[in-house]
Amino acid sequence: MITTQNLTKKYGNQLVLNIEHLEIPKGQSFGLVGNNGAGKTTYFSLLLDLIQPTTGHIINNGVQVNTSEDWKPFTSSFIDESFLIGYLTPEEYFYFIGELRGENKADVDALLSNFEDLFHGEILNQKKFLRDLSKGNQKKAGIVASFIGNPEVIILDEPFANLDPTTQIRLKAIIKDLAARQGVTVLVSSHDLMHVTEVCERIVVLNKGEVVKDIQTSTETLKELENFFAGTPLSVDEE
Amino acid sequence: MFKLFFSLQWKAFFRSSNFGKSLALKLLMGFFAIYMMVSFAGLGAALFFILKKIYPDIDPMLTLSGYMLYWILIELFVRYFMQKLPVMDVRPMLINPIKKSSITHYILAKSGFSGYNFMALFMAVPFAVVLLSQGYPILNVLIWLFTIICIVLTINYTNFIINKSDKVLIVLGGLIAVLYGLENFGVLPVKEFAGKVFYSLYQNPILALIPLGLVLGTYFVNYNFLRKKLYLDASLKKKTKEAVTADLSWTKRFGDIAPFLQLDLKLIWRNKRTKMQVFISLAMILYGLIFYGMDAYGETSTIYLFVGIFMTGIFLSNFGQFIPAWDSEYYGMMMSQNIPLRKYLESKAGLIYVSVVVMFLLSIPYVYFGWKALAINFSSALYNLGVNVPVILFFGSMNKKRIDLGKSAIGNTQGISATQFLVMLPLMLVPCLIYFGLKMLISFEVAIAALTMMGIIGFAFRKPLLDRVTEAYRKKKYGMIAGFKEQNS
Repeated sequence: MITTQNLTKKYGNQLVLNIEHLEIPKGQSFGLVGNNGAGKTTYFSLLLDLIQPTTGHIINNGVQVNTSEDWKPFTSSFIDESFLIGYLTPEEYFYFIGELRGENKADVDALLSNFEDLFHGEILNQKKFLRDLSKGNQKKAGIVASFIGNPEVIILDEPFANLDPTTQIRLKAIIKDLAARQGVTVLVSSHDLMHVTEVCERIVVLNKGEVVKDIQTSTETLKELENFFAGTPLSVDEE
Repeated sequence: MFKLFFSLQWKAFFRSSNFGKSLALKLLMGFFAIYMMVSFAGLGAALFFILKKIYPDIDPMLTLSGYMLYWILIELFVRYFMQKLPVMDVRPMLINPIKKSSITHYILAKSGFSGYNFMALFMAVPFAVVLLSQGYPILNVLIWLFTIICIVLTINYTNFIINKSDKVLIVLGGLIAVLYGLENFGVLPVKEFAGKVFYSLYQNPILALIPLGLVLGTYFVNYNFLRKKLYLDASLKKKTKEAVTADLSWTKRFGDIAPFLQLDLKLIWRNKRTKMQVFISLAMILYGLIFYGMDAYGETSTIYLFVGIFMTGIFLSNFGQFIPAWDSEYYGMMMSQNIPLRKYLESKAGLIYVSVVVMFLLSIPYVYFGWKALAINFSSALYNLGVNVPVILFFGSMNKKRIDLGKSAIGNTQGISATQFLVMLPLMLVPCLIYFGLKMLISFEVAIAALTMMGIIGFAFRKPLLDRVTEAYRKKKYGMIAGFKEQNS
């Protein structure tokens, strides 16, 4: 589904990402872990054509992302709060995204009804703009918005951070279900090793821009990852 | 403790985003600030002689004293809108080992150094210098200056006390009107009475204790109030407004661009700065009166064409020059979504078309000044529609400066760069030059017809033109995304 080929990104002389080859098959739940500055967000930004690669390219379902825009209809994402439109209410935001993805209000409402427990009565019908919601609730809204329009690829950057335990558990179930039963390719990045090992079939560890581990998740994976990160000197530079 | 606060303040000033601006903008703003200061100081210095000339028999000091009551009331009224207590910056201090009383004193003392307080001094100090040079007693003048400072600070602190309710504002406004009315209809000589009171402050230095007492009094009222409410859920809370949603389904009839049109309308209506642009634009329809009111120009002067372009294109330039920076907060999302850039731009263009038409309709009453005024405004509007809309959208592709929609509207220069000044040239100057040239060489009618034709041709070719603009946006995409992410640009 997603093929990364000879991808590098340089800022000045600093090489921040260098992936020779990475293949993510359809329907895989794919986890990306690494310390701050490892290149996780850079990789996702390249996937979404928000920044330009220095060399190489990514092919998403047969579409090269930095030359064509045809990957947009089947790819959705939530990177951070800057993906929200602060002066809209959550409902308006959902309908807006729905409209961009060719869904009408009824379709969106039907989808939203699945997430009522997730929203916990704090998001819909609150007469509040997104900018006035708490960070956690903003995140919930953004993540749910990325499910609108039956996307084939969903990219979530740090989806578990800032969420309450109930939502974390629920979100893990949703992601697993999306990948296993609906054949959606889900890409997740996280600092929380426990969450990724629970959710993802496959985990790739990035360190200073390079792929250093590529693991099919098993019962030993968490231990393996913990050992790896305990042994690596922590890089102090921020993303 | 004081030193610490002082260094914080110092850093806050020199590291503020205003300081990171480009040199040109800094120079311009610096020039403007100096201009304001010099004019205030000049007025202060000249005031003595002006008053002396108007009322030769009365001590200028007494005349000035007569106006002081009005000055105080009007300043209170104005400050009600402009000045808020700077409480939000102290949130990081609450969890540190600093006494709450120190924090409160810090907030209040800081407000004492607000720019508003210096405005009056820029006038008062030169005035006092002139007084001294005219042989007024030194002690009295210096003490008078001191009382002025006290009065300014009293206004400062009184404002924070009354700022909590709108009723006070109405009372203030009413009081000014009533006093002025009483004075004008000769019921009560307010000025004379107030003059005596304030003049005695000058005559008897010992009375300076009264304004000093007022400063201390208002300060401590504020202190007591704030000290008790220094909690995140009390005075340090950001006020959130309830979201009112409107039904915008009527935009559906515009087809594909409907979702963007809805978004743009919400953008304009729900954010302070954009909303302000609408009101400014509407008010600017009166701009022409300044020029049409004077007979100095003759019926077809180029200045009227400038006025026409300006009035019908005010929203075009005010709103248009910051496209797409208005969407900078979520530009990354827009670019990763399934968004046809073309439709996005069409929606913005449509909005500006509507504004130009509305502004033209509002300008129709200028026909009072002759049919030529109407003709000028009509061709200006068409020129704006056909030529200036694509031009401003094209220049938008050079925008890389972020705009935070939540920031206030007054004096907000966020998002301004050299591009904004450059774009004004082709927008306003080019049509004026064309008009001037053709009018001089051939005739007024030909000049008007030429501009109208240019507008019509531009409008007819709007689709290919917009294609070009879309291409420009596509090319600059990465630069825009990166630029809009920078918080303090």
